[in-house]
Amino acid sequence: MKKTFKRCQSLYDLPAHYCPGCGHGIAHRLVAEVVQELGIREKTIGIAPVGCAVMAYDYWNFDCSEAAHGRALAVATAIKRVHPQNIVFTYQGDGDLAAIGTNETIHAANRGENLSVVFINNAVYGMTGGQLAPTTLLGQKTSTSIEGREKKAHGYPLKISEMLALLPGVCYIERVSLHSPPEVLKAKRAIKQAFKNQINNLGFSLVEILSPCPTYWGLAPKESLDWIRDVMQKEFPLGRIK
Amino acid sequence: MAKIIINQDRCKGCFLCVNFCPKGLIKKSVKLNKQGLNFVEFDSNGECIGCMQCAVICPDCCIEVDK
Repeated sequence: MKKTFKRCQSLYDLPAHYCPGCGHGIAHRLVAEVVQELGIREKTIGIAPVGCAVMAYDYWNFDCSEAAHGRALAVATAIKRVHPQNIVFTYQGDGDLAAIGTNETIHAANRGENLSVVFINNAVYGMTGGQLAPTTLLGQKTSTSIEGREKKAHGYPLKISEMLALLPGVCYIERVSLHSPPEVLKAKRAIKQAFKNQINNLGFSLVEILSPCPTYWGLAPKESLDWIRDVMQKEFPLGRIK
Repeated sequence: MAKIIINQDRCKGCFLCVNFCPKGLIKKSVKLNKQGLNFVEFDSNGECIGCMQCAVICPDCCIEVDK
């Protein structure tokens, strides 16, 4: 009998601070496993965002930096240009990448920086109390849209992946989900592809991960996975975008 | 036969593994762990097939699989 699944070396053996059923724990593990499997742990530099994953650097056993809110891709650009031999990725939530950091995101993609981006889309601001995010679905109740998001007052959900796919500097964009074990494995394949693109100097790669936030969706962990499958996926269709 | 090892003190009781086990071998505990939460228990008498779905979906990396 041999171990077929265990925690990898790139992920420290520490308790995570995330809520029960949070998708960040799964996404952290996937990134760590990809780094481990590609054998790039010694030369990887991760950029942690501001948001629920602000302490991601505590969990990963490779070099990390923190960035000001939304500026992870600006920091990543600098690190990659100074250390082109290193593998640099950012790990950002929707409040970070798609709200305060939209500007940095679009320009880093437009410059075609050779970076990998892991974009966690859970349709709310998790760290600050479940407020409406740009990616919140129409009709979704949050702590600042208690009657549900209305198009007149709040606009439509922002589809950052489709927007970035228009830019010529972008080489790879895929939207994946964490709503079932097979989908988690697909998400891992997509993250691996994004890292491989960077190793092969192909340009900007982004993986958008639809991730559950049971606490601020007001659902049980399993119900929140079902909500991704039945509701969120309709607004944010899965698959390769570019 | 395969088996899983659960880190019960780390388990936060989201019970995603309970929902995805195709053989229904993972159960909610009656007792509480160090964190004061209900954790999950593995029925070692059942026929675990080592499909790893529980380990893949666990957000806290609490499950190891032997096969």
